Amino acid sequence: MTGWPPYAEVMARRAEIVHRSIGLDYGRYATGAIAFDYEGLMAGAGYDIAEVRSVQRATGVGDTPLVELVNLTDAVRAVAPPGKGARIFVKDESANPSGSFKDRRASLSVHEAAARGYRGVVAATSGNYGAAVASQAAKAGLACIVVQEAFDSHGLVQPEIAEKTRACEAYGAEVLRLSVGPELFYVFLCVLEETGFFDASLYTPYSVLGIETLGYELAEQVLERTGRPPDVVVATHAGGGNVTGTARGLRKAGAADTVMVGASVDLSGLHMASDHDFNRKSFTTGHTGFSMPFTTWPDRADVPRNAARPLRYLDRFVTVTQGEVFYATEALALLEGLERGPAGNTSLAAAFALAQEMDRASTLVVQETEYTGAGKHPLAQLALAAEMGVRVERGDPRDNRPGERIVIPERLDQVRVVDVDLDEVRRSYVRNALASLPPDTDVDDVDLAFLAEETRWSADTLREVIHEARATA
Amino acid sequence: MGERIAAGTWVEAYRIVLPPGERAPQVPPDTSQVPLELRCRGLLVRDAAIGDDIEVMSLAGRRLTGTLVEVNPGYTHSFGRPVPELASAGRELRAQLWSTRSDPGTGAPA
Repeated sequence: MTGWPPYAEVMARRAEIVHRSIGLDYGRYATGAIAFDYEGLMAGAGYDIAEVRSVQRATGVGDTPLVELVNLTDAVRAVAPPGKGARIFVKDESANPSGSFKDRRASLSVHEAAARGYRGVVAATSGNYGAAVASQAAKAGLACIVVQEAFDSHGLVQPEIAEKTRACEAYGAEVLRLSVGPELFYVFLCVLEETGFFDASLYTPYSVLGIETLGYELAEQVLERTGRPPDVVVATHAGGGNVTGTARGLRKAGAADTVMVGASVDLSGLHMASDHDFNRKSFTTGHTGFSMPFTTWPDRADVPRNAARPLRYLDRFVTVTQGEVFYATEALALLEGLERGPAGNTSLAAAFALAQEMDRASTLVVQETEYTGAGKHPLAQLALAAEMGVRVERGDPRDNRPGERIVIPERLDQVRVVDVDLDEVRRSYVRNALASLPPDTDVDDVDLAFLAEETRWSADTLREVIHEARATA
Repeated sequence: MGERIAAGTWVEAYRIVLPPGERAPQVPPDTSQVPLELRCRGLLVRDAAIGDDIEVMSLAGRRLTGTLVEVNPGYTHSFGRPVPELASAGRELRAQLWSTRSDPGTGAPA
């Protein structure tokens, strides 16, 4: 690394660089101007669920415990309408080698990289995924480089990312820490080009296939425990991989009727590429700053075709507030003896509200936890928030304002979910798909069938939406 | 001349990747006014002093360049101090739960 080519020059070569560093021929799967063979792409990776489990077991990934949260269930039932209050379970993904479900995502990528003779892997991530790739690379004997967005222009480091830097270096990874900005991707491309290493993208089929085991295992575990598949599974939703992989795994285990809910922390009003807002978010992922853009257009990712396609799998999409997630984190520690998070606690906060809508005989699974630690803990985040001038107070979570005020609920019955209108998200997705069409190209029947799969809308509804989108464009 | 730092010492190097005028077109105004900065750590390749242009050998075995800004950089992130608003929420949740339990022998705190 002695100075990189100019930004525009590298970005112009992005397709070529990514292609070389993943070695997947995405062009093979194109079937229309918009359409591609999604299942073909997934199958083309060459792993069925038994093979994925076998690869993961070789490094101690997966087979994590499912813990019934009996005390939290009781607490929820105490405030729920009569007869309501589902049994709440959590999949304790902190039991994975590097402490989160991201080990599942990293395992196949690193396995592939090693099998295909790459000498190292590179990941662009400020989150647990970096530690997961570093951990897997350590075991496989590959070099690992992690590119993070870590600090603002005052040099102030987001504490959760400081912990990830430490964890990555503990597993022997080189960590390139950057200030705020989307040009992280440019640096990532420069590193891929100069090293010739494998691109351990979060959005390849390998990454998503690696998560399928999570859904598969939890379906088996709930069936064994209750005699039935889970009624609802709630996943913290950001880039879409967690929702997609979990839902696919549930289906492969035969739990086709399980309702898949995605939950994100509402960070509306904060700009994800803003240096000013960077340390005012209190969350580094699992928030709407990722889930909205990635759900409405998955192919904005760092690969030509994103294997994470959450709209295909989301039955419901909800948001919770920052204060509600901190409240859920505290509840999990004090009522269940599990000090975890933050990641899974977004879906846990949503579960408090969702369980109240469900009958007592039904089951709801929060599908992940993560290890906690210095920097990741609510105390570290709330201390930073206070330093940034964000007020922290008890009150009604409806008064929570990202970047200004974090409101810790006064009572459990105040925790609620706000539904995101999935049809509106689908409309936005269709508008983005139309905008991606090359000039003078129209949507043909193949594209229409693809969009129907993506949106789960009928062809008639789609035609109507396309007509409307064109009229207002 | 600053204090001499011996080759082989764990250090942090800093450099500007993109100056303010060269940021990506899509970045918001506040971000475009500041440089894209890079910090990386590794073993110092040759003796140097703080502020010198240096090379480090990274954990991935690569030579990285930058300005020497820190010697033996540590991990100083912490848990922070207890936050009263959170602690009180936890105590209340616990008290509510155990007050509804008919069987206090299941672990109610004294």
